[in-house]
Amino acid sequence: MAIKKFVVGCFYDEQVLFPAVKQVRKAGYKIHDVYTPFPIHGLDAAMGLRDTSLHTAGFIYGITGTTVALSFITWVFTTDWPMNIGGKPFFALPAWIPITFELTVLFAAVGMVLTFCYLCQLAPFVKKDHFHLRATDDTFVMAIECTEKTNEAEAQQFLESVGAVEINTQYRETGWWMGRYDKETKFFSEKAEAIS
Amino acid sequence: MALREQYLIPKKYNNLSLAFMAVGLLSIIVLFFTHGTSSDPHEQTRFWASLLQNSVYFLLVVNASMFFICATTLAWGGWQMSFRRVTEAISACVPVIGVITLVILLAIVFGGNHEIYHWTDAEHVKHDAALTFKKGFLNKGFYTAWSIITVVGWWLLGKKMRQLSTSIDNDPLTIEEGKSYIWKNTVWAALYIILFSLTVMSSIPWFWLMSIDAHWFSTMYSWYTFASSFVAGIALITIYVVFLKNNGYLELVTREHLHDLGKFQFAFSIFWTYLWYSQFMLIWYANIPEETTYFEPRFQGVYRGIFFLNLIINFLAPLLILMKRASKRNYGTITMMSVLILFGHWLDFYQMVFPSVSKEHVPFMLADLGIALGFVGLIMFLTARHLAKHPLFARNHPFLKESIIHHT
Repeated sequence: MAIKKFVVGCFYDEQVLFPAVKQVRKAGYKIHDVYTPFPIHGLDAAMGLRDTSLHTAGFIYGITGTTVALSFITWVFTTDWPMNIGGKPFFALPAWIPITFELTVLFAAVGMVLTFCYLCQLAPFVKKDHFHLRATDDTFVMAIECTEKTNEAEAQQFLESVGAVEINTQYRETGWWMGRYDKETKFFSEKAEAIS
Repeated sequence: MALREQYLIPKKYNNLSLAFMAVGLLSIIVLFFTHGTSSDPHEQTRFWASLLQNSVYFLLVVNASMFFICATTLAWGGWQMSFRRVTEAISACVPVIGVITLVILLAIVFGGNHEIYHWTDAEHVKHDAALTFKKGFLNKGFYTAWSIITVVGWWLLGKKMRQLSTSIDNDPLTIEEGKSYIWKNTVWAALYIILFSLTVMSSIPWFWLMSIDAHWFSTMYSWYTFASSFVAGIALITIYVVFLKNNGYLELVTREHLHDLGKFQFAFSIFWTYLWYSQFMLIWYANIPEETTYFEPRFQGVYRGIFFLNLIINFLAPLLILMKRASKRNYGTITMMSVLILFGHWLDFYQMVFPSVSKEHVPFMLADLGIALGFVGLIMFLTARHLAKHPLFARNHPFLKESIIHHT
């Protein structure tokens, strides 16, 4: 796993963050991600992120559920064990719709949750790394990935010029593990400095 | 950027609406002479059923616009404010179409033809235990009074809502005035919603449509009718928004608003299907003769094709086509779907009315489509008149900003 270098800066205000994202992208820096404690409307568009494919996955899980339910019930009630229920035909489609619906929802829901966990690399016992702990509290943290063309000092200066504070450089392991802890971090062991 | 606030009715549009109305009038006249003047009551019924279906459908569709306004007002929604005047203009058709509908309904009730409403036949009711039992509700007096109260109520409360909206066009509100203005809107919208729930969501479909099958009943019927008319109403709003946008008006409306209208169409198409299915499945499963009479001509009789076409247009097409985010944000797709949904729910009303009055054969549909075109022309005519009368933006409304920066 390659080790990558990131220039990290913090923002306290959306009004500063949005123009900063715009300028950083315009200057040609590669934004790895912006970490925020809550969803910010329009930030994905400002960062130029593509739409998630999660809903496509959800649709596929959904029709899988529909197919499974319909084919299984059909097989059971027409081939394997036909039963006369209230004089209805063996192929009693209207009666099966609720079950089909339930199974569609179940497949879509469970599948999407698992896919979401996979995409975000969330799993039991996997600890998430933070570029800055206050990204979970009240600070927006921008991480710029340093490529071979990036001049680290310039990037730091540029971040400062667009309004970032607490700028530093950090190293992380890349790949699927991105975001996994390599070493234990003690949460809030140090007193967070006050914002002046 | 200067906003184009004054809508000018294009000449072509105006001529088209007049031409549509002429076609509608012609269809009514032709149908009147081929069927309406016939001595056979069954032939006459075909004429009146067509008028009933079209007028009730289009009245409920334009009325759904006012419901949309009031529901969003009650929810303190702001996103619809940039095209609020469009919904107001559509709902301004209610008085005219309402009066037309009332005339048609009362002509059917008092006209001496008992083929559509069996319960109007006093001689018949005497020997009919079920209809005698329902006499307290299904009688000419109550029907007439409640229908008139309903239409007048929609008209006056709708007018009040429109007046509230246009009254502040020329004087900006302070914050305090804005608060009391929103409160006033909320109160009147709540009154309208109460009337709406007592009428469209319950009694009016029972009276106007369900009593065609006077012996049959379904507790789902009113919700089903409401869902049908509401989704068609949203489709009509969408068509107008896209139309005005295409002509360079409504600069503040963006794809975000279109996306939300598309969501409404999608969601309420599914809602309609849910109600349709709830009604159908229980009757199919229980299989009690007095309940299955309703579905007999529709599901197994000559209306089978229309029955399934109805499901395809109103459920499968919106489900599969509108599911994608991109298609809800695409002007072409959303317009096509709106037209399809408007036609689909017209067809839905068709199969609510006609199988009950003409069980053996499907009437030739051309004349009905002609009359429908007439109502479309009337809606076009009246809506454009109202749009041109007032600025296209509720420019001093406290929530307008919320609509401008709206983001889904």
